[in-house]
Amino acid sequence: MLDLLSGFVIELRRAGLPVSLTEHLDAAEAVRHIPLEDREGLKYALAATLVKSSSHWRAFETAFEVFFAVRGGHGASGDVGEVGDESDEEADGAAGTGEGGPRGQGRSQNGGGGGEGMTPEELAEMLFKSLLSADAALMNVVARNAVDRYAGMEPGRPVGGTYYLYRTLRNLDLDAVLAKLMSQAQVGAVGDGLTDLEERLAADEYKARIDKFRRAVETEIRRRLVEDRGAEALARSVRKPLPEDIDVMHATRDELAVLHRVLQPLSRKLAVRLARKRRHGRKGPLDFRATMRRSLSTGGVPIEPRYRHPRPAKPEIFVIADISGSVASFARFTLHLVYAISSQFSKVRSFVFIDGIDEVTRFFEGVVDPAEAVARINLEADVIWVDGHSDYGHALGEFHRRWGDEVSSRSSVLLLGDARNNYHASGSWVVEDLQRKARRVYWLNPEPRDYWGSGDSIVGEYAAHCDDVVECRTLRQLEHFVGNLA
Amino acid sequence: MNLGLPDSGPPRFESLDAVRGGLAQVGYLADDSISGVVYLADRLSKPVLVEGPAGTGKTQLAKSVAELTGARLIRLQCYEGLDESKALYEWNYRKQLLRIQAGEHGKQEQEGPSWAELEEDIFSEDFLLARPLLEAIRATDPVVLLVDEVDRVELETEALLLEILSEYQVSIPELGTVRATQLPMVFLTSNNTRELSEALKRRCLYLHVDYPDLDREREIVRSRVPGISEELADQVARIVRSLRTLELRKAPSVSETLDWARTLVILGVETIDAAGARDTLHVLLKYQGDIERAAKELLSVS
Repeated sequence: MLDLLSGFVIELRRAGLPVSLTEHLDAAEAVRHIPLEDREGLKYALAATLVKSSSHWRAFETAFEVFFAVRGGHGASGDVGEVGDESDEEADGAAGTGEGGPRGQGRSQNGGGGGEGMTPEELAEMLFKSLLSADAALMNVVARNAVDRYAGMEPGRPVGGTYYLYRTLRNLDLDAVLAKLMSQAQVGAVGDGLTDLEERLAADEYKARIDKFRRAVETEIRRRLVEDRGAEALARSVRKPLPEDIDVMHATRDELAVLHRVLQPLSRKLAVRLARKRRHGRKGPLDFRATMRRSLSTGGVPIEPRYRHPRPAKPEIFVIADISGSVASFARFTLHLVYAISSQFSKVRSFVFIDGIDEVTRFFEGVVDPAEAVARINLEADVIWVDGHSDYGHALGEFHRRWGDEVSSRSSVLLLGDARNNYHASGSWVVEDLQRKARRVYWLNPEPRDYWGSGDSIVGEYAAHCDDVVECRTLRQLEHFVGNLA
Repeated sequence: MNLGLPDSGPPRFESLDAVRGGLAQVGYLADDSISGVVYLADRLSKPVLVEGPAGTGKTQLAKSVAELTGARLIRLQCYEGLDESKALYEWNYRKQLLRIQAGEHGKQEQEGPSWAELEEDIFSEDFLLARPLLEAIRATDPVVLLVDEVDRVELETEALLLEILSEYQVSIPELGTVRATQLPMVFLTSNNTRELSEALKRRCLYLHVDYPDLDREREIVRSRVPGISEELADQVARIVRSLRTLELRKAPSVSETLDWARTLVILGVETIDAAGARDTLHVLLKYQGDIERAAKELLSVS
């Protein structure tokens, strides 16, 4: 057990979680107090001692599933021939503990046609039933059979399981199942069908159940992969980076969703921190009046000087962002973050470009949630000039012509983009001119530093005129930069 | 593993199930992770850092554990600018002043106390004002210490807590070290408005309390709102869950769910329809934008 724990801790560290030695010891101590067969208990004991931030939970859970899958599962080896028997046992056990309902039906179903012999139709029928009755045990059985049937798993292939998951789910066609469940709900309703509210509630309920089923399939696949290749090998291929460390430019759709979720708390924390930083650590000038007033209680001797509240000038921000395909999500995150803390700036003006350029400040005015405005930018901003391929030279020139005069010595200018210019003219004279006028000019590049200047990237040409060029691949780097800006 | 801690005494809880059952008895429906961490906190004598969205019962957890174990709850509410003299201890310097003056008066008749005696005297426990943290350490009866919203204090003030959390002792320069005679259970809550320091996190068990799932929320509503019908509780829980899937500025918390359920009961609502929900939505959601969005998405009322 201790060896297993050590391996687990090492894996967590590889995934980027800061697990200290004390925490490792605590975990070892905690495990002693948990009955070994209690898998959920083990999970929470480890989580409580090893994971100290909710954003690390996902990484922890993935690692946990891998490391404690076989021992914690149903002890089933997953042989195809056994599945029939096993599913019977399973359903029996559940019938004892769970609530009543249409399980009896489901059981006779799966007892008769369990294992390999099940036709796709039967499997679909069973899936439908399990979802309708929210029967967890039956869902697991269906998941197991579905993986048998559709995943086509090949031993020894070094994959993370996403591919198998995709294959299984594609064959089950969950969207159609959802539609079927919904029509069932419509029919089942008394009177003249469901009201909109009821329909929405039912849909949410079934979606939650389908999600649960999807997780069951995922667990099943993972369990088999662990059996096939061992925990450590698999952990390497399923390891998920922490949200802060996801490479924004190459994030998958799921990862982008995760990023969106962490972005809001992140920007709130940043705003709180900056507001505190402004209030503390700087003393305003002596407040003579208040000091004298206070000195009365000490007989006119000004023992305790009072100071005015400092009101440091807030910078004005110009954000000029490339929103062409490759860097669009990065631009979105940056705009979101800058606007989320816009109270720290006297004014924020934003411009987006591809080969044309458009001011988008208006989208953010009076909008509570920056995400909304960011979504509108994609639809409404007028950024195409000729062909919709990045042309920094033209966009910057245009910026200079239309808004160049408004940049003053109080402004900081942020330029966002990978500076891949499709071999157009660079227009770096604009940046040079901006640097002369503005307080600071920064370039944020979402590409790894090693790629700068390769191919059609001309970031070096602009860098000569910027106060700083910053690599901003992850939210962590972005947060760090924006935090220093205010 | 004994790190020189005071004897932790007999464990407060027999088993995991005892924790869960006990909490349910005092009206707190815990899920696996909550009861598991409370159990471990007792066994390992470690503080628990509870984090999660506002209104998910973090503070209530500490209160319920106190009630369950029959311990006194000592609460330290954190705020920006909290310092040693408010959290740990303070010398009662008015009383000290009086003592010195009393000594001077005595001198006229006979020899007053020497300075050394006097110093020993005025820096004794009689002149010490115990603030929550010290009080929890010195208590001889069982106590539960709740450090509420620890994320509100500055990073430097956090350091004050470290000695207490790991060693269960307080060092007072004039008096020496005050050690705990019995180990209090310690809960720290945080709304996650900033990252807490690594040092603090390392000393605690971490518990993330999220919004409860459908079943648990329904049970909470049923146990906390008297006179609510099963159907209504179910409907409330389901609507709230759907609301939480929307992108709102502030998702409805458990306490708001309860408020809403109570409102509906008082209004005599038996089943919620779109119009009824629309009229009472402001109990659940606190931003106009959120209310509008929820109405549009969920109730098809614009």
